[in-house]
Formats: sequence, C-alpha cells, structure tokens
Amino acid sequence: MSKDVAIIGVGQSAFVRGYQGSIRELAFEAFREAMQDAGISKSDIDASIICSAPEYDSQRSPSGIIAEYLGLNPQPTFAVETVCSSSTTGLRAGYAMVKSGLHDIIVVLGFQKMSEISSADSQERMGRGGDIMWESPFGSMMPAYYAMHACAHFDKYGSTEKDLAMIRVKAAKYGTINEKAVYRKEVSLEDALNAPYVSSPLKRFDCCANADGASCIIIANKDRAKDICPKPVWFMGLGSATASMTLTNRDTLYGIACARKAAQEAYAMAGVTPQDIDVAEVHDCFTIAELLAYEALGFAEPGKGVELIREGQTYIGGKIPVNVDGGLLSKGHPIGATGGSQVRTIVLQLRDEAGGMQVPGAEIGLIHNIGGVGVYGNVIILGR
Amino acid sequence: MGFEKFGRKSFASQTKVESFVEYLAKGELSGTQCKSCGKQYFPPRADCAECLGNEMDWFKIEGTGNLVSFTKAGFAPTGFEADVPYTLALADFNGIKVFGRLDSSIPKEEVSVGMALQINILNLPDGQLSYEFVKS
Ligand SMILES: [Zn+2]
Repeated sequence: MSKDVAIIGVGQSAFVRGYQGSIRELAFEAFREAMQDAGISKSDIDASIICSAPEYDSQRSPSGIIAEYLGLNPQPTFAVETVCSSSTTGLRAGYAMVKSGLHDIIVVLGFQKMSEISSADSQERMGRGGDIMWESPFGSMMPAYYAMHACAHFDKYGSTEKDLAMIRVKAAKYGTINEKAVYRKEVSLEDALNAPYVSSPLKRFDCCANADGASCIIIANKDRAKDICPKPVWFMGLGSATASMTLTNRDTLYGIACARKAAQEAYAMAGVTPQDIDVAEVHDCFTIAELLAYEALGFAEPGKGVELIREGQTYIGGKIPVNVDGGLLSKGHPIGATGGSQVRTIVLQLRDEAGGMQVPGAEIGLIHNIGGVGVYGNVIILGR
Repeated sequence: MGFEKFGRKSFASQTKVESFVEYLAKGELSGTQCKSCGKQYFPPRADCAECLGNEMDWFKIEGTGNLVSFTKAGFAPTGFEADVPYTLALADFNGIKVFGRLDSSIPKEEVSVGMALQINILNLPDGQLSYEFVKS
C-alpha cells in the first residue's frame, strides 16, 4: 500500500434526539475531539471542508459560519453535499487536495441538526427526496424506496423479514455499548418482527432514527502524518460511483449498483479483496441496506448475504464483523455527519482503541457510505 | 396545460415535456423517443443523453406490463396523508419501466411481483391528472 495520505485525528459528538445548541456549537464538539486526538493547533490546518445536507439548515451557506467558529479563517473552506454520504464525499475531495500537494492538513467536518426544522417542514421535505417531477407526485419517500429494494430482493433471492430483523438485533446489541449512540437498548427478534410497518416490508425497527450530530476527520500528507501522529491510519483505496435517482432508470432493484462499482474501484486501488477486510462499517439506514451492502461489497455472493446474518458471521468473532458500533440503526443518522462517524469507528478499530467494540487485531477496515437510495456510493478502505 | 396538473400533488410546474399532461388528458401514458438516434425515454425527456439531440417524438405506453416491486406506505409526506395506506409500485412494460401507484382495491393476497398489470389514467376530483396500475 502506498502510504501517501493519513487520518491523524477523529472526533464525534454524541448523536442525540434534539441537540440543545446551534449548528456551530454542534460542529465544535466533533472538531474539539478531533483536534485533541490529533494533537495539533488551528495554525497547522490548511483548509476545511464542511459537509451537510443544506435542506435541514436554517443558516444559508453554513460552511462560512462554521469555518469562522472553528477558528479556521483565513484558510479556504467550502461545502460538499451528497445527502447521506456528504462527509465521505468531503473526505474524497480532501484526499485529492492533500495527495496533489495543494494542502498538507485538512479538516473534514460533517454535521446535521435535523431538529433545526419543524417536524411539519420535515414531513414536507420528505416527499422531495426522490425525483420531484416523476415520483414525488405519487407520495414517494425514502423508506418506500428502500422498501421496494427489499421487496425485489425477497422475490429474487428468498430473503425474509426475519433476516432483516436479525440485522436489527445485531445493531441494537452493539448500540448498547456505544456511548455516542442515540438508541442504546437491545431489540429482541420478536420486538423487531412484531413492530408496525412503516412501508412494507420495512417495519419500525428496520429504520434508523433521525439524530443531531457532528463528526470530524483530520487528514495529512505522509511527512506531516509521520511527524505528528503516533498511529496514523492510511488511505488504501477510495471508490465512488452514482446511479440514477429515478427508479425507472435502474436495471434492477435487488442490488445497489453504485455501491458495487465503488467497492470494485476501492478494492482495485487498495490491492485487496473482500476476504482481506477485518472490520466494516456499512450504511444501514435501513436493515435491508446492510443486507444489500454485504453483497455489493463482495462479503457474500449476490443472494447469499442472508447466510452471513443467519450464521452470525457479521458479529465480532465472525468472518467479517459489520457495524459493531451499532450502525446507523443504533447510532442515529445525522445526514452530513454519518460518513465521518463511520470513518471514526474504523480508525479507532485500526488503532486498537475501540474498547468493547474492538475486533481483535484489525488491520484493514472498510467504510461503505451511501447517499440517497443508492444514488451516491462511496467506499473507502483504510489500513494501519 | 401546465405540468402542475400531473399527480396527486405537483412539485414542478415548468418543463419542456409538459405535453405529457395533454396526453394524460387524452387517456394516454406517453414517453419520448429521440428523432435522431431512436432512444426511448420514460419518464419523458426533452433532451437525448445518448446523442445530445433535442427533437423528440411521443410514443404511447400500452399493453400488459409486469410488477417489478411494490411497497405499501404506512405514512406519507405532507399532502398525501388522506391517501394512506397506498401502494407504490414499479412496473415493466416491455422494457419500459414506469413508477406509480397500484390500484388500492386489489386484495393484498393477489399482489405479487411479476403479476400482469395495465395502465389506468386517473382524472382526480380536484382536476389533477394521474395514472395507476390495475390488474390485467
Ligand atoms: Zn438521441
């Protein structure tokens, strides 16, 4: 692996239901932790990249106010948005800027205060998450889109509602030990299976919770990383792809094409295979999304992902531990902060600092972060 | 006729393919086909992403299609609350995929992936135009 760009600091606020503060204060919580982790001062930082889905923000152009509050003037700053994958897209932009030599050290800050807008506003915006010309006029929404992928997967491969419930049980088990998660209770298989439908076949426990939160990742070039950081975590591979937002323009619904392509790119760049991954964080905004990720990432053949959860292979001690920090299902999903939180978890794993969630001896980790319902896909492979 | 006439609730009023609504009023669900390269589009488009052409013919989607996937929504975005529960569906008409709703009067046990469907144009009470999939 070429050790050119490293992660030298990670931070995350607690993910909570209704954050009692402003977006700049929320962002600062993650920034402070990442800066203390990296052991650097603001004069070491060359640029900031601010990631959020602006539909939730009252503040126009939030990167301006956030860079100011972090103390990062006069360094350049800009915003990146790919909805739920905004902060891994920001990381990709940051990687390129460091790798090119344009900057030495960059802060990638993701945040979302989803409680900033009223629940009426949120209900109104919910309908505009898909193609507003051709799908929204029917009353479409995010859970329905993922539910349609689940329906197609069930029909094609024989996966079941029970398989999805088992994914939630796993997420809930690890959520109990993640002190930054919004949902920290166990969920039994019966509870998951008996919950009301949100959009069939997805039920209440198949869906992650909205949350407010922030994440911060600090990256540096080789020389600075080796100079500053006792345990740098290196970028091995990055993959990124897109697929149509309009469902009618997708070949099939039983897989996420952009994730598969992003994974292939990331594996090729890193020179590793799915079998080499020791621990993974995948985008489980819904349980079906985790099942689809097993197959997109090559942890299982298409249609065989259910075997991983049925055999317990994605728990710690299994073949490929997945989302052993509780995932989005337990942590919550503050849109712009989510990818950075996934990256933080993998960095802690590779530094052997993940506490009760630690996968013993993890050397290579993977992050799978999806924006929209399979519209934007980012896969990042990190190594120590 | 403006594009805001399309759907239970409209989010867009201006498009170069607003004739879509006129075809709906005539009882037809239509897509566009590029005059230069022949590529067919549904949803309809004014511009061809294959050859960059912008001259399109309209074609009618007809015959029997098959259900690709569906979900019964248990809650709804603003403006659709009165319709809950409703079933969203994707159907395939000889390679042309169409997103819409499934006729809510079809008994649940009769709904399955692959079932044969036809398109039914809807004139809603408030004057809006839409379409749904009905059993073939
Ligand atoms: Zn053409």
